[in-house]
Amino acid sequence: MNAFSVTFRRDLAMMWSGGGALTPIGFFLGATLLVPLAMGPERSLLESAGPPLVWIAAALAVLATLERLFQADLEDGSLDQMLLSRAPLEWLVLAKACALWCAVGLPLALAAAPAAIALQAPVDRVAAIVLSLALGTAAFIGIGLVGAAITAGVKRGGVLIALIVLPFFAPPIIFGAAVASGEDVGAALAVLTGCALGAMALGPIAAAAALRLQAE
Amino acid sequence: MLSYLSNPLRFMRFSAWAAPLFAALAALLFAIGLPWALVYSPADYQMGETARIMYVHVPAAWWGMGAYAFMGVASFVSLVWRHALADVAARAAAPVGATFAAVCLITGSFWGAPTWGTWWEWDGRLTSMLVLFIIYLGYIALWSAIEDEEKAARMAAILCLVGLINLPIIKFSVDWWSTLHQPASIMRAEGSSIDPSMMGPLFTMAGAYLALFAALTLYGMRTAIFRRRVEAAELRAGA
Repeated sequence: MNAFSVTFRRDLAMMWSGGGALTPIGFFLGATLLVPLAMGPERSLLESAGPPLVWIAAALAVLATLERLFQADLEDGSLDQMLLSRAPLEWLVLAKACALWCAVGLPLALAAAPAAIALQAPVDRVAAIVLSLALGTAAFIGIGLVGAAITAGVKRGGVLIALIVLPFFAPPIIFGAAVASGEDVGAALAVLTGCALGAMALGPIAAAAALRLQAE
Repeated sequence: MLSYLSNPLRFMRFSAWAAPLFAALAALLFAIGLPWALVYSPADYQMGETARIMYVHVPAAWWGMGAYAFMGVASFVSLVWRHALADVAARAAAPVGATFAAVCLITGSFWGAPTWGTWWEWDGRLTSMLVLFIIYLGYIALWSAIEDEEKAARMAAILCLVGLINLPIIKFSVDWWSTLHQPASIMRAEGSSIDPSMMGPLFTMAGAYLALFAALTLYGMRTAIFRRRVEAAELRAGA
């Protein structure tokens, strides 16, 4: 447990101190800003098509944080220390994932509230959208761990991570968009919870397997 | 058989005659299957002549998925037994499988335009097949992005195993979300619902695709092994 909380606090501190946690939020708001400019500000069009687009912006914002997630640890030797630790690597990877969710996932979900309102989502649906994105970013992070671990040794692997990870983002996006457009909200939230829990349970296992091989 | 071939020298001796044999078999089956499917088989009672796209489309879909399953097995072998030949096999199969998936998507689009009235529909089967194609692209890109070939093989194997999730989704997508794409008509518990006169050309074409896949994969593996030998010889000469 101690190794978990130390890793968690270390990662959280590193993300906050560098201002790194603000960058994805800025990216997210910038991307949502472009939506009405691309679609035209016509209200009826935005009302029907706008809200699900916060999901695209959030997926891309999470994607942008993945490239350095394990690369820095691989370069400065932290990964070797984690492998020497008595705590299982899967556990430490989960700690890093939780830290990333607290530093990026949760703030993104909260930032989605004004963004969704600006994209003409009905105000009574905003709470569901925030909740769905809190779950969805957890799913994105769990899936993204695997892509980040596989490409940790690749210089400038950002586009490669996107190519590898984006197809696996499809299930959370499908159900997230259902929440954002107000269809079957309860059922979609239940499926999203399943996606988040499954990704957070299985992602660290696959990512840790890849990281062990990276360090060989 | 597989453990016999796991010796690279024996594999090279086997593939030296097996690869041209499969290539010849593919040519023969295409020579029989293409005229049979495109000219001599009966037209569909509803779709007419357009139904002939099926003979190109369906085998491409089968072996587009089959190639990925083959890569999954090879990746598993590579991760568990660290066998170099398994890496070579998975890597050589990927471009062939990606091409089959692309053929499936493109011919499906040509088929959809006259029969469904749309080139593309975001239904479960089409979307999951597109996802398979993108996973193939990511897999191929990952192999070429990591310089250390040993490491690239391990990472690609993990990615391939993670991507296996998609195969059952493609297979059962037509049952889970029934939209435009028709449900399974050949591999069904209550027996096939396709007319017997269409089965002959369909299975001939499926055999042709399979022989083509085997030939191209074997040639790809041989090329990779030759390339490694050349690199090793260069290193020896340089040292």
